[in-house]
Amino acid sequence: MTTEVGSETEVKKEPEKEKGEEPAPTADAQPTDSPAPEQENQEVAAPSENTTPEAPEATTPEKKKEEEKEKEGPVKEKGISRFLPPWLKKQKSQTQVTPKEATPLETTPTDGGVATVEGEEEKAEPEQEVGETSPPVEPPVENQEVNGVEVEEREEVKSEEGEKEESHSTGSADTQPAKEEKEECVEKGAEESKPPEEGEQEKEEEAKEEKKEEDKSCKPEGHSILKSPLKLTKKMKVAMCHVMMLDGTKFPCEVEKRAKGQILFFKVCEHLNLLEKDYFGLSYRDNADQKCWLDPTKEIKRQIRNNNWQFSFNVKFYPPDPSQLTEDITRYLLCLQLREDISSGRLPCSFVTHALLGSYSLQAELGDHDSDESRLPDYVSDFTFGSAQGKEMEEKVVELHKSHRGMTPAQADAQFLENAKKLSMYGVDLHHAKDSEGVDIMLGVCSSGLLIYKDRLRINRFAWPKILKISYKRNNFYIKIRPGEMEQFESTVGFKLPSHRAAKRVWKVCVEHHTFFRLTAPEQPPKAKFLTLGSKFRYSGRTQAQSRQASSLIDRPAPYFQRTSSKRISRSLDGAPVINVTDADSGPPFSSTPGENGHDPALELNSDSKVEEAESGAAATPTGTSEKTGQTNSAQLQDLDKTQDEVLKHQASISELKRSFMEATPEPRPSQWEKRLTASPATSLRLQGPGQAEVEVEETVVIQEVRKTPKLPCPTPELVVTAAVETEQPPQEVEPKVNQEAIQEVEPEVNQEVNEEANPEVKEETRRASMSSESESEEEAEYHPQVEVNTSVNQIREEPEEEEREEKEDQEELKQEEDQEELKQEEQEEDQEEEKQEEQKEEEEKKEEHEVEPEPSELPEPQLPIVETDQSPAVVLASEAVPVAEEEGNTDDPMMTPEEAPNGHVHPQDPAHSEGLPGLVALEEEEVEPRVNGETERHQPQVICCSEPPVVKTEMVTISDTFAAQKTEIATKEVPIVHTETKTITYEAAQLDGGADGEPGVLMTAQTITSESLCTTTTTHITKTLKGGLSETRIEKRIVITGDSDIDHDQALAQAIKEAKEQHPDMSVTRVVVHKETELEEEGEGGEN
Amino acid sequence: MAGMCPYGRFTHAVVRGIPETFGRAWEGGESGVDLAKAQRQFGVLTGALRQKMGLQLIVIPPDPELPESWRVEDLAVVQGDTALITRPFRQQRRSEAEAVRRVVSELNLSVVEMGAEEGGSAGATLEGSDVLFTGREFFVGISSHTNHRGAEVLADTFKDFAVSTVPVCGGSRLKNICSMGGPDTIIISNSNGAKKTLHMMEQLTDHHYEVLTVPEDAAANCVYVRGPSKQDFLLHRPPDECPDSAPAFQKLTDYTLLPTACSEASKLGASLSSFCLLINRKPHF
Repeated sequence: MTTEVGSETEVKKEPEKEKGEEPAPTADAQPTDSPAPEQENQEVAAPSENTTPEAPEATTPEKKKEEEKEKEGPVKEKGISRFLPPWLKKQKSQTQVTPKEATPLETTPTDGGVATVEGEEEKAEPEQEVGETSPPVEPPVENQEVNGVEVEEREEVKSEEGEKEESHSTGSADTQPAKEEKEECVEKGAEESKPPEEGEQEKEEEAKEEKKEEDKSCKPEGHSILKSPLKLTKKMKVAMCHVMMLDGTKFPCEVEKRAKGQILFFKVCEHLNLLEKDYFGLSYRDNADQKCWLDPTKEIKRQIRNNNWQFSFNVKFYPPDPSQLTEDITRYLLCLQLREDISSGRLPCSFVTHALLGSYSLQAELGDHDSDESRLPDYVSDFTFGSAQGKEMEEKVVELHKSHRGMTPAQADAQFLENAKKLSMYGVDLHHAKDSEGVDIMLGVCSSGLLIYKDRLRINRFAWPKILKISYKRNNFYIKIRPGEMEQFESTVGFKLPSHRAAKRVWKVCVEHHTFFRLTAPEQPPKAKFLTLGSKFRYSGRTQAQSRQASSLIDRPAPYFQRTSSKRISRSLDGAPVINVTDADSGPPFSSTPGENGHDPALELNSDSKVEEAESGAAATPTGTSEKTGQTNSAQLQDLDKTQDEVLKHQASISELKRSFMEATPEPRPSQWEKRLTASPATSLRLQGPGQAEVEVEETVVIQEVRKTPKLPCPTPELVVTAAVETEQPPQEVEPKVNQEAIQEVEPEVNQEVNEEANPEVKEETRRASMSSESESEEEAEYHPQVEVNTSVNQIREEPEEEEREEKEDQEELKQEEDQEELKQEEQEEDQEEEKQEEQKEEEEKKEEHEVEPEPSELPEPQLPIVETDQSPAVVLASEAVPVAEEEGNTDDPMMTPEEAPNGHVHPQDPAHSEGLPGLVALEEEEVEPRVNGETERHQPQVICCSEPPVVKTEMVTISDTFAAQKTEIATKEVPIVHTETKTITYEAAQLDGGADGEPGVLMTAQTITSESLCTTTTTHITKTLKGGLSETRIEKRIVITGDSDIDHDQALAQAIKEAKEQHPDMSVTRVVVHKETELEEEGEGGEN
Repeated sequence: MAGMCPYGRFTHAVVRGIPETFGRAWEGGESGVDLAKAQRQFGVLTGALRQKMGLQLIVIPPDPELPESWRVEDLAVVQGDTALITRPFRQQRRSEAEAVRRVVSELNLSVVEMGAEEGGSAGATLEGSDVLFTGREFFVGISSHTNHRGAEVLADTFKDFAVSTVPVCGGSRLKNICSMGGPDTIIISNSNGAKKTLHMMEQLTDHHYEVLTVPEDAAANCVYVRGPSKQDFLLHRPPDECPDSAPAFQKLTDYTLLPTACSEASKLGASLSSFCLLINRKPHF
């Protein structure tokens, strides 16, 4: 029975998630259970993914992380289950479930079976709690109770899960996440519905039933209220990505549908065993067949508008001097890219150069020239890169090849690059445009600046130092030029691009290239203080300088990789460019299994092992990760330091995994959060931030649509309900500390006893929703590339760390002082694992949130993660409300790793790091802070933040004028521009910034209601007319719920949301922002239709 | 890159003798040229190329039917192993290319025809005296003799290099106001027009060049060759023709300065570089 149950649950999950995406590899499923096969399939697929270099963690987006956090156990289970026959898995899961539910201690056993069981249990729990019966009640209870038993239980569960995961480190997380989700739902349901101690069979049965129910509910989506099912389904959804690699093979991998781009990217990099990944990126073809770069910080689903998850791995930033790359594998990949560039015509070169490059490739892959002429005809054609002059070219290639005798592959690659880099079009990204006179020209973006071509002639060139501002408006692209010696005035040069999207694409590429090559550190995203219209996009990755620093610390032995591949053979047959395509097409066979594994067995193995380790580390030892995150968070934000440290300290593989995770997590947001979280640090950070960023980003024209429902260019009313609940806490500045303290207190208990999985999910969902709202719709954007300070990077890095440390210290102090609980300290210090787990969870949550972003457009409301589907927002909202409250504590983490956030580094780079590592630590300690202060900041896009820890009691409710003012400002700003792509920034960083400093003041000034629960509703109607003639009406309702700890915030929130919905049936709730502050809690819901 | 090496390495120089009809067909009508003097100066120039600079000299016999055929620089642009046979602006000159085409073919250069590239009458015109190759990139002066289409053909021919177009603000040809004076040195006139052109070049290039400014336009046209033992040879106008620029050339330390008179050709709008087509048949790879 048990086995069956497990299988069923798994199966259900699988189908939903992966439906059709992945072929069912194996038919291991038991005959009895139809679902079993599916499960197996999933499992199988998962393992394969796991085998692929990137760990599931990395691959699995935030959602997974969140889930993992909550359901770490299940993840392990999944991993184990993959390896185990379906029957065993099921059985284990069932048995395990019972023990966990009944007695958490029992669950702790390391058996894989146990772990699986936990996962199931967890799943059940979420379903029951969130979706079914008491979603609102339970979450609120936990929140209200602050340190209530529920929370503790959750924490315990988490810890257990973490332990399990650790024990089961072998299990891969890729498939696990989905399973976990399912499992969680099932478990939750089981737990809630039935006592944990009930017979295993019963549990199993129940679980099955629940699962079934859940599945049903999820599928039909009719049960809007049932969040769990929705969540399950959404979580379950996994997208099958096919990534065309540079060698022409296809790399298939699964990614959660809500995964952010970086999740996939890190998977690919892991698959390649690539450390110097900053030069690379993933691209896709938009509907117009234009090549677009996948933004690592945004959900994949939101970027690729079509359904085919086809990507290609490409060099994004061509290093001007490839010899400065650290690793040969990086150079090799660059060589592959250049070959493709040449064969495709993007990189024109002369016949002689073409032949020379081909001869170096030949030497690199085949070694010294073989006197056997017989070979020549067969292989040489592969190295002519599709040259039209086939025979002549081949002869030339062979002739030159003979002269390379004795050259090692690495040397040959280096020579290849030395010659290729001199080509005038090396690294130039061309875009079609027209000049002011309507003449067709090409804009070439490269490391040194912007080149203007007419036909093939260079007619102008604007080096980065000469460019004062880069902006675009509609389909126009502008650069403001610094006046020359002879000139007095700045001049602006405008170009007309084929479309708005094209203009934005050029703008983004310029911003990225400028930041990468010209700056020492990425600049912070535009301040959110005032809502600005336009794109806040900033390059968030590492700069070249940072990448070089990081790579200088790479101490791993040169990874083995194969230069010659079967792919090449296929290429040779067809011709270079075509060949690639053909390979891809033919790829499927390879891709399915061999592709991943077959590529470079060694690499993959490494990656796998790494992944496993990382997973185990993250899941198993939350504390460890948390610590790392805490320390490294800032560093991660700053990239280089973290990575370096990690690399130095740990095995390259592990470090990579961690990094990937870290990086994968949100970038700028975290920093903002951090800032807010730690008031002092934040300020310092902020100050530093601007200074640091050489490039000042002026987002004068940033059009942010609060939430855009792409469908509705027309008026979109938004309902924003903000409820501020202030909990009793020390002064504003202290807030973070207080939060931390509260968190700390709660945390220990929670961690040990109860898993907060359910909560995190909810939070995640909410966050996701918020994120979704973030979706960027930018008609206009400006970017002021000013390279002022080179030192900024270092400073930033250092500072953030210090800040983090300070924060940590503060937290610790608080803990020490107030937290008499030794456990806490122990946990912090010793129980790194727990922290890690928490962090992981947080990360997962964060991931989920990110994932949510894409959906948010659909699902305006920050519904609980449970409701993945975009179904009835209103209902969801209500249900969500509860989860939100619970999540609040956790949500902060997802957005930013608390620690990082406090630091105030909003480095886009770091997001991933922050998410991954910091999350855990921060969650426990700092999470609260970030939530309170940082929510708005973090959420730049759309922020649904629950900053407070679950446990925190709210005594005071204050509505700060500043907040209102900010909101109004924001609204006004937002309104004007409505684009299909909209980024809703509920809270601006600036606000946050102000909040960090000013919030306390605000609170003071704000109406303070100390008495019982009070609800104050402020409604703002904003109607904006868009260019298209579309009008959007946004209604923001701010509901401030003030009350002492007695108040059930969740319920209040839920009610508020319901009311809002009722009042405006026509409108959808796009955002729900919940601020819980020790002093203040604001819960805001914004609905846009 | 295959052809990417510091400017100045040449092995061959192609020249064409001064015909008896020297100066007759010049646009300006009465040029007042001294044929004998022009031939003497031509002899001195070729002697310096062969004996001082050590280049293999290929002398194409003069053709009286082609009074301007001695300006071989205009007829081809050679870089690496590729020679682009140009389309001079004036129809009468296009038959001059035949001899040059034959020579470069004999040197095993791959010959690219502008006519072929553009279907014959695409309107592309290009003269080598409007092309400045720096070893890193091409600058093509858009002048009365060279148009945008011609520059495009050049860009399509030499794909390894950036080809930038610049306006020729002073003088009728780009090389009348500037030339290469070393691997990274541009010699340019101090005239306002030349300054504008230089400004554009500086804006368009990714590289940094040393600039040697000379007061006289005529002095800006030199012929630089880097000898096999890395000596720097520079053919430049003698002090009696460009008195104000003599001090400027003295700044080129360690150079072997070869003052070469070119008074007669300059009356026809030509200069030192107009006489010769420099070719490197020893690719460095």
